[in-house]
Amino acid sequence: MATVSLQDIRKSFGKTDVIHGVDIDIADGEFIVIVGPSGCGKSTLLRMVAGLETVTSGEVRIGDRRVNEAEPMARDIAMVFQNYALYPHMSVFDNMAYGLKIAKTPKSEIEARVAQAAKMLQLEPYLQRKPRELSGGQRQRVAMGRAIVRKPAVFLFDEPLSNLDAKLRVQMRLEIKALQRELGVTALYVTHDQVEAMTLADRMVVMNGGVADQVGAPLEVYGNPQTTFVAGFIGSPPTNFLSPALLGQQGDGQIGIRPEHMAIDPEGALQGTVAYAEALGAETLVHLRAADGTQVTVRQDAAHAIPAEGSAIRVGWQDGAMMRFDAAGRRV
Amino acid sequence: MADRGGMVERRGAGLWLTHLGLILGVAFIAFPIWLAFVASTVSQPEIVRPPMPLLPGDQMWENYSKALTSGVNAPVALMLANSMVMAIGISLGKIAISLLSAFAIVYFRFPFRRVFFWLIFLTLMLPVEVRIVPTYEVIANFGMLNSYSGLILPLVASATATFLFRQFFMTVPDELAEAARVDGAGPMRFFFDILLPMSRTNIAALFVILFIYGWNQYLWPLLITTDPSMNTIVMGIKQMFPSGDDIADWPVIMATSILAMIPPVLVVIGMQKLFIRGLVESEK
Ligand SMILES: Nc1ncnc2c1ncn2[C@@H]1O[C@H](COP(=O)(O)OP(=O)(O)O)[C@@H](O)[C@H]1O
Ligand SMILES: [Mg+2]
Repeated sequence: MATVSLQDIRKSFGKTDVIHGVDIDIADGEFIVIVGPSGCGKSTLLRMVAGLETVTSGEVRIGDRRVNEAEPMARDIAMVFQNYALYPHMSVFDNMAYGLKIAKTPKSEIEARVAQAAKMLQLEPYLQRKPRELSGGQRQRVAMGRAIVRKPAVFLFDEPLSNLDAKLRVQMRLEIKALQRELGVTALYVTHDQVEAMTLADRMVVMNGGVADQVGAPLEVYGNPQTTFVAGFIGSPPTNFLSPALLGQQGDGQIGIRPEHMAIDPEGALQGTVAYAEALGAETLVHLRAADGTQVTVRQDAAHAIPAEGSAIRVGWQDGAMMRFDAAGRRV
Repeated sequence: MADRGGMVERRGAGLWLTHLGLILGVAFIAFPIWLAFVASTVSQPEIVRPPMPLLPGDQMWENYSKALTSGVNAPVALMLANSMVMAIGISLGKIAISLLSAFAIVYFRFPFRRVFFWLIFLTLMLPVEVRIVPTYEVIANFGMLNSYSGLILPLVASATATFLFRQFFMTVPDELAEAARVDGAGPMRFFFDILLPMSRTNIAALFVILFIYGWNQYLWPLLITTDPSMNTIVMGIKQMFPSGDDIADWPVIMATSILAMIPPVLVVIGMQKLFIRGLVESEK
């Protein structure tokens, strides 16, 4: 268990700058989720913490130690890879025990630790199997087990659930969170899935093109996004962006309003034509086209009537629902 | 329905024809081997008197024991042992060296990596026969004529095998190497604990090919083994042929030929099991 701190981390591959200076301080036992679209540098950032990628400039500290130059092994971390990276020719037991064997842990201790992890992850019946004889979910657990038995100071996860089907993903998400709570180990978790980020994170880091746009608790980030990117990326369906002119206001920049804060209202401030409506069961998404062509989505309870396609309606919202952004996309 | 019946019949006939063709082909290829076997079981006068016998005779035991224990220049048992040492030495040596060089080329960044790769690749274009004179010179200067090391070492480098392992290593996911690194395994530990076991089906397949390659070497052993006790079997057969007016002992020569075929066949059969098992429990 340890704190992790990244200070002005930068990374370039040759001439391409991928990470443009990221600062994060992670408290002991905290669960941090790095979320962002594909290619924004999440994995690169995580791999720099792991020691699998060199740091171009800046400082990585784990505990109170600068680890920029340390081998992954010496950083007291464990990593779970997206494709699990299990050793295909080794049994589940050997996969979990490999790191301990290299560290010359006594045999009895290895057995005890693997047994404990296997119990925690319900892997006991499979210890003698090879990875190829396991289902995707079980492989995922073995990868987790391999991380747990090392008793590391920090867990690193790189999209560990993205190879699972939707249902298993939800289940494993809960298990990972429970496990991390139980063990109290600091965790750094990378995902492109904002739902995963919202549900797992104590604090989340929203990455955009190699920069951390916002760091904060999930509900804080959701409720108070600092950039148009964050407002658009966190929350589904994404935030509607309207130009002030459309609402008869002055100034440039944009006004963001979340679909769930809008409602069909004959007195509403915005007029639009219904393009189509998606009834999802519990809720309905009504897609409108505003006068200047902007797409606007309204999320309403299924109990409300669904307007006919092509009809002209008005939508309204509370004043507090408006989030103003300047021309550069920053919150004002 | 009737149409379908006709189709099946036609296909049936086609099937028979195909099989007939295959059987003829097999017979065509196997016939000389059969003749050699027959010749190794009859006596010398029976061979030289036409027509040649087509069924095995009763001299098998005599011919084979004569070949194994005394042969013509050297006992065949000794030549078999020499060939065995050479073939195993070459195949294990080639596998070890190419595994290591492929490992270096795929997993390490060092200056002139590409140059080294292309240098290895270049040797593909220089088979033994092309570089035989300088190689002979080197081996002679090292005093390795008439020795196992002389037989084995010049043939041990292998671009083909290096290439094959390189291709295989490149299909191994990078994450595996990274996971091993996070687990604290150094490069050689990763090589022995993970890469080597994962390559075992490739190694088995290569072993078969390289064993036969080594076993069938002819020109090189012929050049550097002047002492009959160092002869290998494939060149030894040729040495048994009569020069000038000597009379060839054909039954013994034929027995030697049959004996020379046995080890490669055994290796193929033995290894086949291993790499079929490898294919069935494919690991990736
Ligand atoms: N080894 C590398 N060499 C060059 N460019 C790389 C390398 N690894 C990643 N990149 C680039 O860095 C960017 C970020 O990659 P990555 O961290 O994998 O993104 P993410 O995990 O967020 O999808 C991408 O544009 C990718 O092309
Ligand atoms: Mg990634």
